[in-house]
Amino acid sequence: MPTVTLESQKNGTMNKAKVKSAKKRVAEEDNDQLPIFDKDVTEKAGEEGDEDLSDSEESVFSGLEDSGSDIDEEEEDDGDDEEEDEDDAALMLDENLKNNSGAETSAEPAEPKQQGKKTASKETRKMKKGKGGAIDGRGEKGLTTTFQGLATAQQGDEYEHDTSDEEDIRNTVGNVPMEWYQDYPHIGYNLDGKKIFKPIRSKDELDEFLDKMENPDYWRTVHDKTTASDIRLTDEQVDLVHRLQKGQFGDVNFNEYESSVDFFTNEVMIHPVTNRPQDKRSFIPSLIEKEKVSKLVHAIKMGWIKPRKPKERTPQYYDLWAKEDPNAILGRHKMHVPAPKMRLPGHEESYNPPPEYLLTEEERLAWEQQDAEDRKLPFLPQKHSCLRAVPAFSRFIHERFERCLDLYLCPRQRKMRVNVNPEDLIPKLPKPKDLQPFPTTMSLVYRGHTSLVRSISACPTGQWLVSGSDDFTVRFWEVNTGRCMKTLEVGGAVKSVAWNPNPAVCLVAVCFESTVLLLNPSLGDRLVVSSTDQLITSYEPPEEDKEQAVTWALSEGPEHNKGHRLTLTHPKAVKQVVWHGKGDYLSSVMPDNTSNLQVLIHQVSKRRTQNPFRKNKGLVQCVSFHPLRPYFFVATQRYVRIYNLIKQELTKKLMTNCKWISSMAIHPGGDNLICGSYDCRLAWFDLDLSTKPYKMLRHHKKALRGVAYHRNYPLFASGADDGSVIVCHGMVYNDLLQNPLIVPVKVLKGHQITQDLGVLDVTFHPTQPWVFSSGADTTIRLFT
Amino acid sequence: MGGLQKKKYERGSATNYITRNKARKKLQLSLADFRRLCILKGIYPHEPKHKKKVNKGSTAPRTFYLLKDIRFLLHEPIVRKFREYKVFVRKLRKAYGKAEWTGVERLRDNKPGYKLDHIIKERYPTFIDALRDIDDALSMCFLFSTFARTGKCHVQTIMLCRRLTVEWMNYLVTSRSLRKVFISIKGIYYQAEVLGQLITWLVPYQFAHDHPTDVDYRVMATFTEMYTTLFGFINFRLYQTLNLVYPPKLDSKSESELKAEHEEDYAMDSESYLEKLSALSASLARVVATAEEEENQLDQFPAEGEDLENMEAREKEQKEQEAQNRLFEGLKFFLNREVPRESLAFILRCFGAEVSWDKSLCIGGTYDVTDETITHQIVDRPDIDKQYINRYYIQPQWVFDSVNAKMCLPVEDYFLGVTLPPHLSPFVEEKDGDYVPPEKLKLIALQRGEKHVQDDEEEDDDDDEEDNDEVDDEDLTEEKNLKKMEDQRSQGKTLAVKVTPGKVKPWETGSMGNKVRLEQEEKAEEKRLAIMMMKKKEKYLYDKIMFGKKRTTREANKLAAKRKAHEDTSKAEKKQKKAKKQ
Repeated sequence: MPTVTLESQKNGTMNKAKVKSAKKRVAEEDNDQLPIFDKDVTEKAGEEGDEDLSDSEESVFSGLEDSGSDIDEEEEDDGDDEEEDEDDAALMLDENLKNNSGAETSAEPAEPKQQGKKTASKETRKMKKGKGGAIDGRGEKGLTTTFQGLATAQQGDEYEHDTSDEEDIRNTVGNVPMEWYQDYPHIGYNLDGKKIFKPIRSKDELDEFLDKMENPDYWRTVHDKTTASDIRLTDEQVDLVHRLQKGQFGDVNFNEYESSVDFFTNEVMIHPVTNRPQDKRSFIPSLIEKEKVSKLVHAIKMGWIKPRKPKERTPQYYDLWAKEDPNAILGRHKMHVPAPKMRLPGHEESYNPPPEYLLTEEERLAWEQQDAEDRKLPFLPQKHSCLRAVPAFSRFIHERFERCLDLYLCPRQRKMRVNVNPEDLIPKLPKPKDLQPFPTTMSLVYRGHTSLVRSISACPTGQWLVSGSDDFTVRFWEVNTGRCMKTLEVGGAVKSVAWNPNPAVCLVAVCFESTVLLLNPSLGDRLVVSSTDQLITSYEPPEEDKEQAVTWALSEGPEHNKGHRLTLTHPKAVKQVVWHGKGDYLSSVMPDNTSNLQVLIHQVSKRRTQNPFRKNKGLVQCVSFHPLRPYFFVATQRYVRIYNLIKQELTKKLMTNCKWISSMAIHPGGDNLICGSYDCRLAWFDLDLSTKPYKMLRHHKKALRGVAYHRNYPLFASGADDGSVIVCHGMVYNDLLQNPLIVPVKVLKGHQITQDLGVLDVTFHPTQPWVFSSGADTTIRLFT
Repeated sequence: MGGLQKKKYERGSATNYITRNKARKKLQLSLADFRRLCILKGIYPHEPKHKKKVNKGSTAPRTFYLLKDIRFLLHEPIVRKFREYKVFVRKLRKAYGKAEWTGVERLRDNKPGYKLDHIIKERYPTFIDALRDIDDALSMCFLFSTFARTGKCHVQTIMLCRRLTVEWMNYLVTSRSLRKVFISIKGIYYQAEVLGQLITWLVPYQFAHDHPTDVDYRVMATFTEMYTTLFGFINFRLYQTLNLVYPPKLDSKSESELKAEHEEDYAMDSESYLEKLSALSASLARVVATAEEEENQLDQFPAEGEDLENMEAREKEQKEQEAQNRLFEGLKFFLNREVPRESLAFILRCFGAEVSWDKSLCIGGTYDVTDETITHQIVDRPDIDKQYINRYYIQPQWVFDSVNAKMCLPVEDYFLGVTLPPHLSPFVEEKDGDYVPPEKLKLIALQRGEKHVQDDEEEDDDDDEEDNDEVDDEDLTEEKNLKKMEDQRSQGKTLAVKVTPGKVKPWETGSMGNKVRLEQEEKAEEKRLAIMMMKKKEKYLYDKIMFGKKRTTREANKLAAKRKAHEDTSKAEKKQKKAKKQ
């Protein structure tokens, strides 16, 4: 198309002519200005409207391309690209408008190229700026026309030469923000492409103010940004502004209220407007319609079309269950869980409940503070004196709605309710009465110690009792009278005492700090006492002296008179001493997690000491000898290990399921074992059965401190920090198939709890069904 | 090892359940439609046993339906109707938008509808099943029938609910199957025994509803839609069992009576007919005119031993029932305008009384206040001007309490202006150990036919003006009694509580008591020791049961204490008043 090429050429030439920085915008501006610059082109366009439309689009497009190529050269404008795109879009519209107007202008004869006539139109332009309207010049054609009209009114014949699209364009930059030229000395380009320079002036705020004060025409002075000059508005222009502000027409002479002339009047004319004769078809019945009607008639006659039945609005009910079919009951009906019925109201829901069901003030406050879900009653009980005073229940619809939600949103489940009689849950055990004898009452209290009694032990004859306490003493008591026969001061808090189980030997092992002391209390049979002394003195040291972990020292002098016989000095603090059943071997425990030297076995007759373990398997709590066979029990924190001393190997490892074992006792038969632990449990192991406990007894409320088996009777006892000693009947049958029977028979209370400690040790009388217990309340008690 | 690798969640419980969203997609329904379908079909979610497994490893909270249920829904013809309706709405909207008014009208005429008959039949294969599930339907219909006919739901629904509830009440009146009534702060509870099923429902008080904004009325309306269908069929069937005409018609005799007076008040016959029915004062027409009611005697079967006892018990029950049904027979009531007419008329008519009310109050009043044969007038105001000497003026609670007690209670407690005795719930059945309010004990005594106890007490009260010592004695004895009762109660249940030695109770002194005590102690200890030997699981269960028991006794004791405190204060007040008077 010729026009396109022409324009693009024009663009090209223009671009070369312009300064780089303003190039692109100017190019666009050129597109705008085109119809003004080359009128002949627009005239052509006016002749063929469609083409023109496409042309303008093309031109805009080309302008865009230009801008794309210019970006490299001009970095400042990068940020404005998007804006420009928008501008382009706006431009397209403008082009259309302009083209239309261009078409109009082409009809008009005169060319508005002269500079001289520009004053009036220039002023209008300024006015537009002054009004602050960011109006596109070409979008406001109508307005400009009126201005032109104004101008003509002033100058008389001006109208002839002036066209509606004529504008005073001194600055060709177009409708761009003038801030873009802030940093330049010029403000734009005139029609010849020469720079328009800014006036050299610096009008600051003060000047402005002075101007405002002094210049009487300040109020009608408008600053034209495009030319950077002040313009004083004429009276006519001011008047025009006022009129526009009031919303009146700009033209003074325009009559808004001209009487209208109807095109069609209400007067009936005698002659028709057109003289066309009526069609024939207007008075002949329509054949098509006739055909349609006859079809309908035929359909009605044939009964194809029936009158519309009135719709039944009310539901019809009938005997739905007239034929109850048992086959209709499907599996799903059996699976169906019917919704539970609403809870039936109780007395408290009554409008006039008994007074006890009303809430007190505090209860009401508590009710109000509770969450709606936590409340036991979903409503506040209220009392009304009579029925007429009962108000509507405000949550009625809510409750119904909630019920609806429950019905269709809640998962349903059949819940099996256990309906057991609690009495049936209690196991049927033999009556304690039938399991007698067992200790039932506290009969003696042995007082004398001044601090906790850590450990007690009875002599094999059952006549004497030895106790060791934190008050650095060991006391010997006569069991039957409760008399303290002897008190021995030792050099530390006594951790453990053990009477030699051999009745032919009268020896007591006492441990305190890192010493184990063998005492001869010189109680009971003199023969036994002297033979014991003889046994100790008859020792002959071996020829080659072996290095031992423990130093054996024979006591002499005053200590010997006190009863001290042998002193075994250990490298570490000793916690427990245990005798072997035969009375020759003695084991001591030195709990220490870091070394393998925790357990030592001493032989009294040969004054020999062995360390049986090469490895450390955890903190040893207590040890014990098997009563019959050469087994050795070692209890660490959580396990009990059984070693065969002859074969020197581990035979069994018992899992106690306890956190921390405190004490251990072996059944005299040797096949059963009980473990007390600090986590309130007592585990009974049947060694033939398994390495797991046969029974776990959680009878005590607090940590167990001591457990003991009776030597003859089927009894065992446990003492705990809750101050009680629980005696259980623990029958072990000879028949291997029958499991031991365990029945608690008595809870013995008597010890006071001091410093959170209750019973510290329990031991049975060797022959009688009596139990001794020592407690933190400095007493020893005998229950018979 | 070989074999195909088994994929997770492709077998087992994960395949039995389906989440709600998936179910919805499978049915191609919107959430609202899915909900409606679930409501209508009675499908509810299920809680899987292993939620994580079903949820494919995720622990997000989801609602699960049984896949079987959803498959079952797939065949439902109503689903298609829902889709049709959706299309209808779309077309209608389009027609509106284009302002095609004829099109709108045509569409409106052909609005797709659906019937729920088959769903009812499917959900309740037998009539008894349906009857069992009618509680909620009744409460809902009674609620909807009290709605104002504006806005919240369709007027037709409200009218239908009203009609159905009136039919239901008429049936109960005719069959005399109402059993219990209870005025609560929420509304009035009724319990009826229909064909052996106990049916309970709640009717709100006759006030305009303050409609809450956080309630989805669409859900309620869907439920009501289902319930009305169910209810209508049940009504039909029930009317059939009594040989009554359905829809109900008034007896020709009573109809003619009613017709004469009030015809001019109502413009439309249909309108007045429902009103007349709802008046409940006339009997209904029967299909076959029969004698009023034949006595259905229990046939005598030859029975022995336990059967005989059972039979006797049943016979006795039957007799009691009949006696209750004839409770108000022969009595003539007149309802003042301030009492709730409908509920009282309903209750009184259910027990054979004649009821009337002021003509201006409602249609259907058969006699006037001036009728001399009226035996009771129910009034709910402190005083009344013109009193007739040959009738009792009583408060409405008398009717309710009498029905619950299955006997006409003495009217003195219910006279005008008298402080009413507490209204007790008839639905509470106290087990031993529960708290029984003293009023209930009194009532039970009264039912057994014992002398009215209260008179004596009142006399005592009169006496205590003269000598205060007596009162104190009485108080003391009362306190003692109470203490004893509490002791007994605690003895009865809290055996597990340990018996501490050293507390000698005053009524257990002496060697005899000692022995008893020792024995008890021994037993308690035995039990305690046995409890120690319980297995962990059983112990837990046992502890739980005992905890629950203890709680109930604690609550009962609390109530008793509260009652006692209340009585003490009221007595003290009384005394003060008397002292002031003197």
